[in-house]
Amino acid sequence: MKNNQKTKSMKNLITLLAVFMAMNLSAQDKNAKGSLEVDGVCGMCKARIEKAAIKLTGVKSVQWSVESHELKVIYDARKTNLDSIAKQVANVGHDTKKFTAPDAAYNAVNPCCKYRDEEVIKAHQ
Amino acid sequence: MDISFKKNIGFTGLMLALMVPALMNGQITLKGELFDSTAGQKQTLFGANVYHPQSQSGTITDENGEFSLEISRLPARLVVSYVGYQSDTLDIKDVSFISYGLSPESDLEQVVVKTRRSSQFISSFSTEQVIRVSSDELLKAACCNLSESFETNPAIDVNFSDAVTGTKQIKMLGLTSPYILITAENIPVVRGAAQSLGLSYVPGTWVESMQITKGAGSVINGYESIAGQINVELQKPVSDQPFYFNAFLAGNGRQEFNAHLNTVVSDKWHTGIYLHGNQRQRSVDRNNDGYLDTPIAKQLNVLNRWQYIDGERGLVSFINARVLRDHKISGQSAFRADLAPQSQNAWGSTIETDRADLSAKLGYVNPDITWQTAGIQGAWSLHNQKSSFGLRPYDIDHQSAYLTLLYNSIISDTRHKIKFGLNGTYDHYEERLSLDALGVNETRFNRTERGIGVFTEYAFNDLDKLGVTLGLRLDQHNLLGLFFTPRLHLKYQILPETTLRGSIGRGKRIPNIFSEHLNVFTTGRNIIIETGSDRPENNPQESTGNFYGLHPEIAWNYGFSLQQKISVGTRKMTLGFDYYRTDFERQVVVDWEQVGSVRFYNNVGSSWAQSYQFDLSYRPWDLFDMQLAYKYYDLSTAFDSGDKRPILTPEHRVFANLAYELKGIRPNHPLKFDVTFNWLGNQRLPELPQVAALYGQSFTPTVMTLSGQITKQWGPHFDLYFGVENIGDLRQDQPIINGDQPFDSDFDSSMVYGPIFGRMWYTGMRYKFE
Repeated sequence: MKNNQKTKSMKNLITLLAVFMAMNLSAQDKNAKGSLEVDGVCGMCKARIEKAAIKLTGVKSVQWSVESHELKVIYDARKTNLDSIAKQVANVGHDTKKFTAPDAAYNAVNPCCKYRDEEVIKAHQ
Repeated sequence: MDISFKKNIGFTGLMLALMVPALMNGQITLKGELFDSTAGQKQTLFGANVYHPQSQSGTITDENGEFSLEISRLPARLVVSYVGYQSDTLDIKDVSFISYGLSPESDLEQVVVKTRRSSQFISSFSTEQVIRVSSDELLKAACCNLSESFETNPAIDVNFSDAVTGTKQIKMLGLTSPYILITAENIPVVRGAAQSLGLSYVPGTWVESMQITKGAGSVINGYESIAGQINVELQKPVSDQPFYFNAFLAGNGRQEFNAHLNTVVSDKWHTGIYLHGNQRQRSVDRNNDGYLDTPIAKQLNVLNRWQYIDGERGLVSFINARVLRDHKISGQSAFRADLAPQSQNAWGSTIETDRADLSAKLGYVNPDITWQTAGIQGAWSLHNQKSSFGLRPYDIDHQSAYLTLLYNSIISDTRHKIKFGLNGTYDHYEERLSLDALGVNETRFNRTERGIGVFTEYAFNDLDKLGVTLGLRLDQHNLLGLFFTPRLHLKYQILPETTLRGSIGRGKRIPNIFSEHLNVFTTGRNIIIETGSDRPENNPQESTGNFYGLHPEIAWNYGFSLQQKISVGTRKMTLGFDYYRTDFERQVVVDWEQVGSVRFYNNVGSSWAQSYQFDLSYRPWDLFDMQLAYKYYDLSTAFDSGDKRPILTPEHRVFANLAYELKGIRPNHPLKFDVTFNWLGNQRLPELPQVAALYGQSFTPTVMTLSGQITKQWGPHFDLYFGVENIGDLRQDQPIINGDQPFDSDFDSSMVYGPIFGRMWYTGMRYKFE
C-alpha cells in the first residue's frame, strides 16, 4: 500500500517533469533566436527591413545593423522560419544570402538605398 | 539586460588620454569611451563593440565604458555598436580621446538624438504629448526646489508665492496642482497632506530630469490625474557625481545648501546620500504693511538611496529613505511664534511639518527576451503637520501606503506592447481644525481610504506613422466604490515633419479640501462646507462618501496637439499648437464670492476649462535657443451665483525664454545667459465690497516680470551663477486686504496675483568632484 503510494507519487513527479520539459521545449520554439545577413546601406534600409520582417506572422522582434548587415530575429519557430523571413525581406528589395531581391522590388527602393551600386555605398561611407 | 552602468571618469580620462604618447612602435592607439546619449548624466556602456573594418580588428569597452584599440594609420573609421542601441560609424582624424554617445533603438518611449539637443523638447516618438526637461533646463533659473523649477517652462503656470506658505503653486491647462499627478519615479509625492507644500519638499538638485505629460496620463499611475502628469526622476547613485555641493543665497535672506555623496559599495550595490537644508531667518517687510513678505523658514531634508544592478540576471532595484522637517513662520512682524495665538494681538501663522518616506522597487528584465519585464514598487509615508493661522489651528496627520505590480510583454511582436498591473493604496487622514475664524469650535475629520485596482495598457506602434496607447483600469475603493478609468492616446505622423496627437481620459478624485487650500485659513472668513442636505440639488439617496460629506470630483479631459517642424535657414523651427478641454461631471468648488465666508460645495451645472497654447522654439545659431509661447485660457466654474471664471487665473499669458551660451577660450569654460519673460493678463477677483474698495474693480492689473541669470563654468567641476528675479521690481499693491484688522472677517491675505517682495537677486555655486 505504502509502496504503491510511493510509485504513484514518483509517477506524478515524472509526469510533472515531462510537462515542464515540454513547456520548456515549446518555450524555446516560441522564442527561437536567429540571424540573417541582409544587404543594405542606411537607416532608411533599416526601417524597411525591420518593418518587413516584423510584419511576418510569428516574428516577434527584429534588429538590423547597418554596419554588420546582420538581422537579429526572435521568432516563433512553430509559425515561421528563417527562410520565410529572408524571403519576406528580399521581397521588399533587400538581398539575403539565400534569396536575391526581385528586380521590381529592388528598383522600388529609394535611390539612396541602392546598396548594389558602388557609388551609393561610397556615398554612405 | 546585459547593460552595466559604471561611473564615467570623463575628464580624468581625457587628461590621461592627452598624456598618453600617441605613437608607439609605429602603431596608433585610439582611446575613448562610449555612453548612452540620452541619459541626463553620462551613463557609460560596458561591453560595447568597437570595430575597425580596415584592419578587421576590434575590441569591447571595459566596465568604465572605455576602450583602447591599436590601428596602423589615420584617418580611420570605427564602427561602434551595442545591444539595444543604434550602431554608428565614427571618422577618426586624430588621436584625441573619443567620447561618443550611442542612441537607444527607438521605441515609443525613447528618444533618438544625434546632435546637441535643447534642454527641453517634445519627443516625436512618444504617443503622449510629453515634454522632457533635462537637468540643464533646471539650472536655468534659481530653482531651489520643485515649485520653482517650472519658471522656464511654458506648459506649467507658476503662481506667485503667497506671504504665508512662501511656496509657489502651479497650474496646468488652467487647473490647479491637485488635478495634476505629481510623482517622483512614478510614486505620487505631492498628494494628500503634502498638496500645498509638497513641491517645496523636493530640492532642485535632487532632480535629474522631468517628464511633463499634458492631458490624461497613463492608467499605471492611478485614476486621479485630470490635467496631466509631472514625473520627476531623482538623482541616481550610479549616475550622479560622487560628490556634489551647492550653496545659494538670495536677497530676501534665503540660504540653501545641497550636498550629494555617492559611493560604490560593491560591484552591484551603489548608495547615495542627498542632503538639503534651507533657512530664512531675517524678517523682511519691504512694502511696510506690517506683514512679512516671505515667511521665516527652515527645512532639513535627507534622502538615502540604494541602487542595485545585476546586468547578467537582469535585476535592477532601488531602496529609498527620506526624512524631512520643515518650519515656517509668517504674518505680522509683531507676531511671536513662541506665544499662544490667543495671548497676542498680532496675526501670525506657524506651519511645522515632519515627514518620513520609505520606498523600494525591483525590476526584472528577461535577459533572453528583452520585451519581458516585471516590476514591483512599494512606498510608505508618514506626514505630520501642525499649524496655526491666526486663532485657527489646522493639524493633519496622513499615513499612506502604495504598492504596484507591473508586468510588460508583447502580443505577437514588438509593435504590440502590453502591460498588466495591480495596484493597492491605503491612506489614513486625521485632521483637526476650526471652521470659524476665531478658533472657537474645533472640528475633526478622520477617514481611511483603501483601494485596489487592476489595469492594462496596450500600446501599438506601426514603426512608421501611427501610435496608439489604450489604458483601462478598474478600481474598487471603500469611499469611491467600483469604477472604470479609461485613457486613450493617439499619435499620427501626418507628414515627416508634422505630428498630430490626441488624448482622452477620465479622472476621479477625493478632494482634500483643506490641505489643497491652505489659503482659506489665511483669511478672516469662516469656512462653510455645504453638504448633502444643505443643497437641494443633491440627491439624498446617493451616498456622499465619508469625506467632508462631499462627493468626489469626476472629470473628462480631452485634447489634441499639432507639432510642425519647418526649415528656417539651415535649421529647424518647431511650431506647436495644442488645445485641451476639461469637463467636470462633478466638482468641489471653493467659493469666495460671499462676504465673511469661504464655501466648499459640490456644484450643480457644468464647469469646464479650455486651454489653447501656441509655441515656437528655434535655434537661430549655435548655442542660442529661443522659446516663445502664448496661452489662452477659457475657464468657467459653475458657482451658486452663476457661471464665472475661477478667481486669480489669467485669461492670457505670454512667455519667452532665451538661452545663450558664450564659449570660453578654454574648453568647458562657457558663460551662459538666460532670460525669461512672463506677462499675465487680468485676473478675476471675488466680487466683494472690500475688494472693490481696495482695487476699484474686480480684476487685477496685468503682471509683467522679467528674470535673468548668468552662469559661469570653470571646467566640469565648478560653476557660479548670479541672477535677478523680477528685474522690473513689480510689486502687488497691498497684498493683504484689511491688514489693520486681522481678526476681522474682512481680513484676507490670500488674494495674491503678483510678486510681493519685488526685485530679488540671488547667487549660488556648484562644485562637482568626480
